[in-house]
Amino acid sequence: MLHIKCPHCGMRSQNEFSYGGDASVKRPELNKEISDQDWDNFVYYRKSLRGKHWELWQHLSGCRQWIKVERDTATHEIFKTHKASEDIS
Amino acid sequence: MQKYSIFNLIKNAFSNHENWDLAWKDPTPKKEYDVVIIGGGGHGLATAYYLAKEHNITNVAIIEKGWIGGGNIGRNTTIIRSNYMHDDNALFSEFGMDLWRRMSQDLNYNVMFSPRGIINLAHSDAQMNTYARRGNSMRLNGIDAELLSREQVKEIIPMADFSENVRFPIFGGLMQPSAGTARHDAVAWGYARQADSMGVDIIQNCEVTGFDISGGKVEGVRTSRGNIKVKKIGLCVAGSTNILADKLNINLPVETHLLQACVSEPVKPVLDRVVTFGAGHFYISQSDKGEMVMGGDLDGYNSYAQRGNLPTLQHVLTEGIAMMPFLSKLKMLRTWGGIMDMSMDGSPIIDKTHIEGLYLNCGWCYGGFKATPASGWTFAHTIAQNRVHELNAGYSLNRFHTGHLLDEKGLGTKTWIS
Repeated sequence: MLHIKCPHCGMRSQNEFSYGGDASVKRPELNKEISDQDWDNFVYYRKSLRGKHWELWQHLSGCRQWIKVERDTATHEIFKTHKASEDIS
Repeated sequence: MQKYSIFNLIKNAFSNHENWDLAWKDPTPKKEYDVVIIGGGGHGLATAYYLAKEHNITNVAIIEKGWIGGGNIGRNTTIIRSNYMHDDNALFSEFGMDLWRRMSQDLNYNVMFSPRGIINLAHSDAQMNTYARRGNSMRLNGIDAELLSREQVKEIIPMADFSENVRFPIFGGLMQPSAGTARHDAVAWGYARQADSMGVDIIQNCEVTGFDISGGKVEGVRTSRGNIKVKKIGLCVAGSTNILADKLNINLPVETHLLQACVSEPVKPVLDRVVTFGAGHFYISQSDKGEMVMGGDLDGYNSYAQRGNLPTLQHVLTEGIAMMPFLSKLKMLRTWGGIMDMSMDGSPIIDKTHIEGLYLNCGWCYGGFKATPASGWTFAHTIAQNRVHELNAGYSLNRFHTGHLLDEKGLGTKTWIS
């Protein structure tokens, strides 16, 4: 079982969280010229690589906040967790 | 190649079965091929077989990083079905059903195809209506479907929980009588043996390290066992699709996720159908050895681990016990995981790409095993003719741009929600 350190609540079990997908995906900015390709990339296209992966989780059965987690997709090791508002490096 | 038959079996018994031919050779890679298939799983092996058989292209290599049949073809729950609603999925799968029925004879290898029928259970009036609609769509496409009442289901699977006071009472179900199971390893070995006999090189322990692309055209592939010149490459690597796509600098509408399955200890014959729970995601059948073969949800986050975590397994088995309470008495024999190429609409991609000579076969989600023959057949056609067959025209990569999605379950792009 994964143990995820919520930046608001501390270390909690995976059961309290729900997954939200790749955190590096950015919605195209409003009020700008946006190509269909930009939308395709935002909605459908993913890197999904083996190794370190920044992803969104929601602490659903806890503080209900969305957080960002850096996790290894091959070993499931978790390196860092951030608040959703913090930029990922 | 020696034919497998009762006469050869008797003949070889006299020499203690020590003189059988090897089922396939172990060649060193040549410098050049007409077609290279990357991935020695079910789909890759089937593609090579149909390239040789249907299109007479035999200067073909299958390159496999590990050993053939070591990935999802050796890790699935062996269910074969064509109970789809959308035309593209239904016609493709039903074409596959026909290949399954003839496969043992075709390959001279007993794949133990067992058309025992699949029952999807319904747990509400609304679900019965949905199943009626799906069953009608299937029938319009020439696929057998029967809507079963609660009493009819009870007659077929009396061991399910039919008590009144349950959270998800069984209202009825949708059955596809011609669906079933097959021996998964035999499918890989059967295709490998026949492909090899027609001249295909099966190269194992050979990892792809890069591609030679020049002027938008495929020139070759670099591997851990040397560079190979080739004009056509078929990518058939399921859960590793994103890794190879990254080497090609292309992005795909695919994510890699982990799916677990498990078997119980073997018990006497109790279940002679494939049954799925309609109020969650759980499916079960009984193998010829007597083990109850079970599976359900993805683990729910991107993963290449090929092993799962307990919360999902516990969740899945809770559903199983809700459906068939006797399962709680069984001991678990084995659990395992495989990595799924989850596409963003739940349907696969078999298509050409913007790189000339690069062909793509991926996005099989949970449903790769049953598609093995149809996928190989249509992918071989796409590679040989350099154009898609009408059977896989709907499985285009471009559909994510044009909006012609094949979202059978209506789940949208959250592939981990199942």
